[in-house]
Amino acid sequence: MVCTRRFCAKLVRVSLFVPCFVDQLTPKVGLATAKVLKRLGHDVEFRSAQTCCGQPSFNSGQWGVAREAAIRALGVFRGAEAVVGPSGSCVAMMRNFYPELLKGTPHAAEADDLAARTFEFSEFLVKKLGVTDVGAKFAKKVTYHDGCHALRELRLKEEPRQLLRAVKGLELIESEEGESCCGFGGLFSAKFPMISTAMVQVKGGALARTGADFVVSSDPSCLLQIGGWLSREGKPILPLHIAEVLANDA
Amino acid sequence: MDNSKAIFLKEATVNAADGVQRAFISKALGGYYTNRDLQKARYRDWERARDAASMAKWSAVNDLANVLEKFVNNFERNGGVVHWARDAAEARDIILKIAENAKAKAIVKSKCMTSEEIHLNDALEKAGFGVVESDLGEFIQQLRGEAPYHFVFPCMHVKREAISELFTKHLGTAPTDSPEELTMIARRHLRQLYVDADIGITGANFLVAETGQISITENEGNARLTAALPRIHIALSGIEKVVNELDDLSVLLPMLATAGAGQPMTCYNTLYSGPRKKGECDGPEEFHIVLLDNARTRLLADPEQRDALHCIRCGACLNVCPIFKNIGGLAYGTTYQGPIGSVITPHLRGLKQWNHLSGASSLCGACTDACPVRIDLHHHLLHNRRNAAKESPTLFDRVFHNGFNFVIKRPWLFATGGRIFRATLPLLQKLPLPYMGAWMKTRDLPKAPAQSFRDQWKHDHV
Amino acid sequence: MSDARTDIFARIREALKVKAPKPHLKAQTSSPKTSVAAKPWLPDGGETAEDSLLILAEQLAKLKAVLIRVPDHASAAKAFAELATTKSWKKVAYHGHELTRPLAATLTCEAWEADASFDKQKLEGSDAGLTTCESIVAQLGSILVSSRSSGGRALSVLPHVHVVIAEASQVVPDLGAALALVKARHGTDMPSMLSFITGPSRTGDIERILVLGAHGPKELFLILVG
Ligand code: SF4
Repeated sequence: MVCTRRFCAKLVRVSLFVPCFVDQLTPKVGLATAKVLKRLGHDVEFRSAQTCCGQPSFNSGQWGVAREAAIRALGVFRGAEAVVGPSGSCVAMMRNFYPELLKGTPHAAEADDLAARTFEFSEFLVKKLGVTDVGAKFAKKVTYHDGCHALRELRLKEEPRQLLRAVKGLELIESEEGESCCGFGGLFSAKFPMISTAMVQVKGGALARTGADFVVSSDPSCLLQIGGWLSREGKPILPLHIAEVLANDA
Repeated sequence: MDNSKAIFLKEATVNAADGVQRAFISKALGGYYTNRDLQKARYRDWERARDAASMAKWSAVNDLANVLEKFVNNFERNGGVVHWARDAAEARDIILKIAENAKAKAIVKSKCMTSEEIHLNDALEKAGFGVVESDLGEFIQQLRGEAPYHFVFPCMHVKREAISELFTKHLGTAPTDSPEELTMIARRHLRQLYVDADIGITGANFLVAETGQISITENEGNARLTAALPRIHIALSGIEKVVNELDDLSVLLPMLATAGAGQPMTCYNTLYSGPRKKGECDGPEEFHIVLLDNARTRLLADPEQRDALHCIRCGACLNVCPIFKNIGGLAYGTTYQGPIGSVITPHLRGLKQWNHLSGASSLCGACTDACPVRIDLHHHLLHNRRNAAKESPTLFDRVFHNGFNFVIKRPWLFATGGRIFRATLPLLQKLPLPYMGAWMKTRDLPKAPAQSFRDQWKHDHV
Repeated sequence: MSDARTDIFARIREALKVKAPKPHLKAQTSSPKTSVAAKPWLPDGGETAEDSLLILAEQLAKLKAVLIRVPDHASAAKAFAELATTKSWKKVAYHGHELTRPLAATLTCEAWEADASFDKQKLEGSDAGLTTCESIVAQLGSILVSSRSSGGRALSVLPHVHVVIAEASQVVPDLGAALALVKARHGTDMPSMLSFITGPSRTGDIERILVLGAHGPKELFLILVG
């Protein structure tokens, strides 16, 4: 099932996977995601029983807690045709780490099944739907930041760029330190703030040097870190989620 | 707090704030990235070649008893003497005894991280043996009285001016700012040492079971000289360095050079089988190998992380690691720095004291992608964190995660908690809270929205 | 207390009781030989002898080693003598071999056969070392010397310049082929040292800046006949 045009022949019932901090801190990212999918004609639902995927606990070594969160998520998204999340990191948690967490438990098969039905937003558009032009307009200079989970756990590099290149008026500029980590790493950024800050200095500095108006990413958590540092440093470049760019059709 | 963690935090804080030094390290690595990419481009399929390299090491490590046995049998047949050391102390004793029996007057060493691991130089010096490091970087670090900064590039953090001063102080040479002239000073100084030394100590990069040879990789020629001129050659190696066949090196040697230093091959890749043979004009009369366990079997016993024993010590994971680049190699306080060091040190020296290294990572995965033998490095950091949480959970983690779990299990509580959090965020930001305060010190949080996503969605969809 | 060897083997056997999963290999070949399986993935060493020579020349140039190609042995001797004059060598050590002797014979400076009367101090004072080699690896620009083909261990690394005399037929495409040749030629009676030399000695230890001639030769010449 591949369609290359803007509107897709096959319509999918999409269940939104909205990361907990997007829900609370940057709801506009979730809304933009829904908007783009709806514009393409897909049915979009939000299952309000969802909360957090368990990644903070997983990354802190608290696999027991993370396992409970994973089992909950299996229930929340049971029966969903496609689960789409605007975060490479949280999707990687479901796709790659739920199966590892639940290996050898009665939930293993369902974890594998959910992993196969779960997609990162840009991945879903390009790889699953075969859409690159979503009919967006955005006459700005942007640079793209690859979140490490999208890049290395999900192996997505070209997909978001294909989408951005198809946006009318948008100029995409690559930065130095292209594949470098922004230094967020969840609780790492608070537990080792000096290292995390040094990392965002390297990454944020390179992004700012591109002269772009916006730094775009498929990962809202990276944008929290990068945007937070850019704001503190007073750099004239703003963080923006790729869904927000694609939602722009005015 | 454990001492090793306290030192780490202190060093990391100082170094991460040192923009000048960080830029220096970044610049030093710039040439490596260019050369590495050029060399990788010559591979017709680098990713598949990584498969082959990892397979070669996997098959040796997972059959270690047989492969090692075959190696020592062939090594002995070639006329070498095999010694076994369960731990660092035994390895030091073995080498000291050889030196005593030989009544050694001068010992020359080529680069060997395993000898750093067992603190061999200290032991030799305490016993009254003079020992000189011959690898330029190690020589400089020895004069500085400092551990290697990077296990492949030992003094990459030292500026030429400091090296010039060091040489003036210790060797009495005129100051210079030319790396070439500095290298020549060391060259001239060390030459006679090879000629005079009675014992040469080297490491080993690979132990070839099929032929009983050891393989040593180096650029400078100092290991060649160390194994050529002194009367006795001692090689010190971890037991995991074995490969099955000579043929395995056809993949491992070029990949070691390309991944670690951006070279097609390291300058000298040398295979030694035994002491000088009949009809040969030079070479040592005795060839010893000390095979060291020192907790490697502990790592071997963990099938999940056993692949960490595939490591060929190329250093690629350090070169791409943003943590290493920003805090520097000395902050780790370990023999092996960077991602591989953070993975294996908890196994070799204790999880409780060294788990902070596994925590000090954003888990970006650049190391795993760089590793020529496909060690699952950043996932092993997660595994260490899990094991540590099970073994000795911190109070904060227990309280925080159980509390968090209580909330996220209840969507209504999550929604309410979120509402309170957003409403009080402006206030919270002003309080000196742990963690959050640290975050806010260098970064701003976005303004909390009045409504959460779930509130807006509900509003739009009823 | 049992001895260390017994203990270590016991620990290994105990540790390996639990199997580790085989690495997930995206490509599998039926050949158990690493070099055969990996050949299509590694750097190209050339399909024909001619290809290999081209690749070799390119690799050596990048390594800052000097390739001197000559049609016959007489020209090789001439080229070597010229080298000695331009570099003003005073003392040259060489490995006694039918390929090297005619070259050494053309020298006007002192030339001594290092393997016949080995003297490490004298070797240290020699300007150049002349050796033969086992084979030459086109793929990587590596020259394989051994304690047999190269007058022991030190001759190819202690003098300031290393000159190798070889025939074009000694060029093999890749490292796998060179290692196979080693086994075929020496079997279980290996020379005590075999060394793949890839360019002149070098270091980047000071600020990662490349300097040639760290401890081994600053210059490497390959005189290739045919
Ligand atoms: S872990 Fe991999 S990349 Fe790191 S030093 Fe070892 S072999 Fe090289």
